[in-house]
Amino acid sequence: MEKFDTVTGLAAPLDRPNVDTDAIIPKQFLKSIKRSGFGPNLFDEWRYLDHGEPGMDNSTRPLNPDFVLNQPRYRGAVILLGRENFGCGSSREHAVWALLDQGFRVVIAPSFADIFFNNCFKNGVLPVVLPADTVEALFTATVATPGYALTVDLQAQQIVTPDQGAIDFDIEPFRKDCLLRGLDDIGLTLQQADAIRAFEDRHREAAPWLFDKQ
Amino acid sequence: MSGKTLYDKLWNAHLVREDGDGTALIYIDRHLVHEVTSPQAFEGLRLAGRQPWRTRSILAVPDHNVPTTDRTAGIADPVSRLQVETLDRNCAEYGITEFAMLDPRQGIVHVIGPEQGATLPGMTVVCGDSHTSTHGAFGALAFGIGTSDVEHVLATQCLILKKTGSLQIRVEGALAPGVSAKDVVLAIIGRIGTAGGTGYSIEFTGSTLQSLSMEGRMTVCNMAIEAGARAGMVAVDDTTIEYLAGRPYAPSGALWERAVTAWSGLHSDADAAFDRTVTLDAAQLAPQVTWGTSPEMVADINGVVPDPDDEADSVRRDGMRRALAYMDLQPGTPISSIRPDHVFIGSCTNARIEDLRAAASAIRGRRVHAGIKQALVVPGSGLVKQQAEAEGLHTLFTAAGFEWREPGCSMCLAMNADRLQPGDRCASTSNRNFEGRQGQGGRTHLVSPVMAAVAAVKGHFANAAEELD
Repeated sequence: MEKFDTVTGLAAPLDRPNVDTDAIIPKQFLKSIKRSGFGPNLFDEWRYLDHGEPGMDNSTRPLNPDFVLNQPRYRGAVILLGRENFGCGSSREHAVWALLDQGFRVVIAPSFADIFFNNCFKNGVLPVVLPADTVEALFTATVATPGYALTVDLQAQQIVTPDQGAIDFDIEPFRKDCLLRGLDDIGLTLQQADAIRAFEDRHREAAPWLFDKQ
Repeated sequence: MSGKTLYDKLWNAHLVREDGDGTALIYIDRHLVHEVTSPQAFEGLRLAGRQPWRTRSILAVPDHNVPTTDRTAGIADPVSRLQVETLDRNCAEYGITEFAMLDPRQGIVHVIGPEQGATLPGMTVVCGDSHTSTHGAFGALAFGIGTSDVEHVLATQCLILKKTGSLQIRVEGALAPGVSAKDVVLAIIGRIGTAGGTGYSIEFTGSTLQSLSMEGRMTVCNMAIEAGARAGMVAVDDTTIEYLAGRPYAPSGALWERAVTAWSGLHSDADAAFDRTVTLDAAQLAPQVTWGTSPEMVADINGVVPDPDDEADSVRRDGMRRALAYMDLQPGTPISSIRPDHVFIGSCTNARIEDLRAAASAIRGRRVHAGIKQALVVPGSGLVKQQAEAEGLHTLFTAAGFEWREPGCSMCLAMNADRLQPGDRCASTSNRNFEGRQGQGGRTHLVSPVMAAVAAVKGHFANAAEELD
């Protein structure tokens, strides 16, 4: 996993609540057995005017001019602004892979769905929860100011804005540490292998039927 | 000191260790695997040179991509075929039990787990699928995970988690005729919203839940994720035990007796304190129909499509406007005047035998309405299909004009060939009415099985209570 320390870049506003993972990456692209290559199909049904299928040359497909992320001013954005309940629905980690593949390292929203939120951390993407009025102010500034860029400093737990000072955010210490160091948490858990085996022995004793069949 | 909730008990019984900040290592008893979210996890395991920790905890099945028409010739779509073959190959390589596509026990992962007794009370159950919350109906702690966590469980049999809050949703009262578990859970989501359960695990309690069959409880827990909760669960009672007795993967003999004794403690203590409680009077409930593109956008059959202008919150108002434009509906339209042109009876929410019986009860002797272009029944598993055929339900459906299909996820998410075309309007027993969920441009109305069947024969939504004998 790529380390996350400081990210500076353009913010892009996706102004709708309940953006679900079906919208982030539609189902036909989940047939891939790889983790990469999802970027061109991020928000596929909103982004293009035609129906997308795996294997198409996305560079020749007609873009939807009304979709905000297609505006040239947001090209290269690395920070996505979202609304309530961002990432709801399916557990598909492909949603995070698609955001990352497209270049997004940070999503800022008033609230996230649980599984999406967790999936972000596994891939070096930082989901930042901020109060709704703070998010609203960032939306307003982003739309009003072409080239509006932010700096997200994970170590300091701050978002530095050009016009609103620095905004503090919370993050769980364990998740922060994993992101800063780019840690593979399977490796961390396997350091606890003896504790897991000891638990398993006690658990088998208490509930042997869990280990009886299958 | 107050007593423990069911969630507390399940959490404590699986706690391997906990750090000072509450980050915990939780042991996983059952790992269900399907073809869509597992290939990258197996690949990660292979690249790191790791082995599955406990292969006997894993049960695998292809369900999302499989065709629901004759499948003896294999899968026509080469991309889908590769994904299903990849699951077959991974299971063979690691010695994992798989109900492959042509196995009579194959079906939707959340239908076959309980059906086999592979889901048991007191278990932690995970799967790379958000509807894993279904299994909480058995007094289990069950939730969906992403692919990185699928790999984590494969490699370590554990997950790194933080405990959620506890939300009790108490549902009281006898359900009116034509009202089912699906209507209960849609009404709950309408009440608390799709983010209402975020940060919580829900325990469903109350007389209504106690009166539901296991199938009904699974329907309710299935959609806990649609309320944003990590998990949904129901306490163990006699209904739970009776359902599990004799199932292939359930314990037998002396172990069964011992297990039943242990399971009897799987309920919240009388003095347990929940972080939040919501109460719903189910006796007043009418059948529910969603009108928008989020499960919280729901009304009862006697209601009308709401007016965004009545919504005070601007973000919500814009969301409603966008939903009505997508759904091609006007504010004030009576729900009962909406005319679907497709009907889908299936999915991990509503494709169990009881669901098919309920749907069949509404169509006896009647025909699918001329305005319906396609009406599908997709049983949740091969065994559900066999049972339904033994009861003659399939002939009721096919005589009425429904197509009787092979088991799988099918048009719930349209990863296989079963999908809506742009502008199609579907009465669906599935769980998500998101834009494009059942096919790009398709419009989904979530309903119960009996409401879907009534819509099929009437050509418009109607109160199931008035259509049943």
